[in-house]
Amino acid sequence: MTMKDTALRPEAPGPKKRSMAITNLANPSRFLALVNPILPWLAAATALTFALGINQAIFVAPDDYQQGATVKIMFLHVPSAWLGMFCWGLMSIAALGTLIWRHPLADVAGKTAAPIGTAFTFLCLVTGSLWGRPMWGTYWVWDARLTSVLILFLLYLGVIALWRTVEDPSRAARAAAILTLVGAINIPIIKFSVDWWNTLHQPASVFRLGGPSIHPAILVPLAVVALAFTLLFLTLHLAAMRNEILRRRVRTLQLMQAQKAGE
Amino acid sequence: MNALAAIFLRDVRLAIRVGGGAWMGVLFFLIVVALVPFAVGPDSGLLQRIGPAILWLGALLASLLTLDQLFADDREDGSLDLILIGRTPLQLAIVAKALAHWLTAGLPLVIAAPLLGIFFNIDLSSMGAVALTLLVGTPALTFLGLIGAALAAALRRGGLLVPVLILPLTIPVLIFGVAATHAALAGPVPFGTPFTILCALSLMSLVVGPVAAAAALKNAD
Repeated sequence: MTMKDTALRPEAPGPKKRSMAITNLANPSRFLALVNPILPWLAAATALTFALGINQAIFVAPDDYQQGATVKIMFLHVPSAWLGMFCWGLMSIAALGTLIWRHPLADVAGKTAAPIGTAFTFLCLVTGSLWGRPMWGTYWVWDARLTSVLILFLLYLGVIALWRTVEDPSRAARAAAILTLVGAINIPIIKFSVDWWNTLHQPASVFRLGGPSIHPAILVPLAVVALAFTLLFLTLHLAAMRNEILRRRVRTLQLMQAQKAGE
Repeated sequence: MNALAAIFLRDVRLAIRVGGGAWMGVLFFLIVVALVPFAVGPDSGLLQRIGPAILWLGALLASLLTLDQLFADDREDGSLDLILIGRTPLQLAIVAKALAHWLTAGLPLVIAAPLLGIFFNIDLSSMGAVALTLLVGTPALTFLGLIGAALAAALRRGGLLVPVLILPLTIPVLIFGVAATHAALAGPVPFGTPFTILCALSLMSLVVGPVAAAAALKNAD
């Protein structure tokens, strides 16, 4: 049995000191004790923000004078794109935790974030091409922004493939962490692709010098929907982390039982 | 320095002797390029237009497929463990191995590319452009491929894993390599713009590749 397995054992004693709050959280048992009561509240907040956001996006926000109702796709597209990139950033931080501190909770965070990030990136690509068809006249162009997001999607699939190739979780974690850090080069490329190259995709209009160039009537609902998406991501990620920790404990218990039966 | 030279010479010797497989890459390149006219039809105008892109794509696949065994063979015969525990910095040892691999697998592709260009009626000056961009771009492919080869060796998994992990990372090299070639052929963009970016990508991968590969090998246990 490896050290990692013992760290995730249910009865693993936590540090007695209460002084360092963040290091306390790194203990899987304490993490679970914190996450379990938070999750229902977070899910409720997500549902509430979504209700508010969808209402604003559909009924309050005006149609665009040129795009008509298709502008509503943006309320799905923009938050998915943000979260697709945010999730890779989070995985990169987790990858540092895996490689520097060799912490199992960082492994769990990186592993569980990958499928969620893949889903958001996929949603971003699909909504983008559905919007592109009526607006640009094509589902897809090999534009710098679109291509770099497609690369992000492929990198996500690569990380998942790596996780599924290796049985030993801690070895898979370190390999996936290295790939994640190398792939992080792509995130600034996605962000600045619309500035560096002359793209069909529109340039940055929310986070830019000189303030947003979107009218508040659309910007405010967009911010609410983005908040809802972020809360959804946090809920899903924390729930997935909890499930993964429990799954590993089951695996460890099975290994211990098999060991005992063998003696 | 001596240790690095020894690693370099050893890898070159292993590659060019019997069973080394240095020429397999070129052979694979030739076959891929020869397959394309069967797939798209023998229209010489079309082939002339897409020729540089096909040469780049063939070189990309050939250089990645030969990388698969770069560390796996060393781990089997135990020399990888010696490199790992040796006093030579692992990153530099990896650079030496990568240079040896490029010399025996990448450079032959660069030399073969203008000859294969004849199949596509690419004229002489454009062939020079293709060869020049490949000369600058293939080291980037080798250094990026190192990461995948190291991961595959660390995990004892080969096969399609390396291309799946590495091909997305090579897309920028492919974009600017083909863009530079097209710029030399006809494009409104001056040749220098994409070409210098291609050089930058190679230099960047020279830094990122060996560091990431060393991290993968060190974390293998």
